Amino acid sequence: MIRVQREDFDVGRELDRLAAGDHAIGGVASFVGLVRDMGGPGQVSALTLEHYPGMTEKKLAEIEAEANKRWPLSASLVIHRYGRLEPGDRIVLVATASPHREAALAACHFLIDWLKTDAPFWKAEETSQGERWVEARAEDDEATRRWRGD
Amino acid sequence: MKLLYFAWLRARIGHAEEELPLPEEVRDVASLLKWLGRRGPRYADALRDLSVVRVAVNQEYVGRDYPVRDGDEVGLFPPVTGG
Repeated sequence: MIRVQREDFDVGRELDRLAAGDHAIGGVASFVGLVRDMGGPGQVSALTLEHYPGMTEKKLAEIEAEANKRWPLSASLVIHRYGRLEPGDRIVLVATASPHREAALAACHFLIDWLKTDAPFWKAEETSQGERWVEARAEDDEATRRWRGD
Repeated sequence: MKLLYFAWLRARIGHAEEELPLPEEVRDVASLLKWLGRRGPRYADALRDLSVVRVAVNQEYVGRDYPVRDGDEVGLFPPVTGG
């Protein structure tokens, strides 16, 4: 399931719900991304996440479908927030459930790596020196390439 | 053709979207970027370094030789930084 929302989410409740009612599930893996003060000139007081409505949901659904093709998942969930967030706030939740841990852990790792380079989100930091758009990291492209097998 | 701008491209161009008739000289993404860059100083500034401009046509990432047609939705944005 894909959710793109402004509101925060309750990690415990989301994970419980993901596995509820399916006793073939042996494990749930999760990744929670938080707003972090990235340093650089001027302290970061907040971050605004912008996205491309429509395309965001489409890309996330494609990424989720790809994960389900590669691993035997019983359930999967991606929640990504947008709007103004402060350091320490949750940005993203990726969770996967499977009969066995290997599939759940690998698919969770795959989803967050792939999401970082494919989902159309952009972060602007509010600093004491004004707005600063976060630049893409080469390491993120590298992480996704690894999954693609390039 | 509907054009959508995101992140610092939106900030530099000064608006988030616009609807334009497809200019005759625009055949693909490359010629669209070239044409847009000549629309004024704000466009020229935003599109100065095309190596950091990504393009989606009808919500799919595409290369510079991808055709652009009237009625298409074209999104212009920097490399993504979500997650």
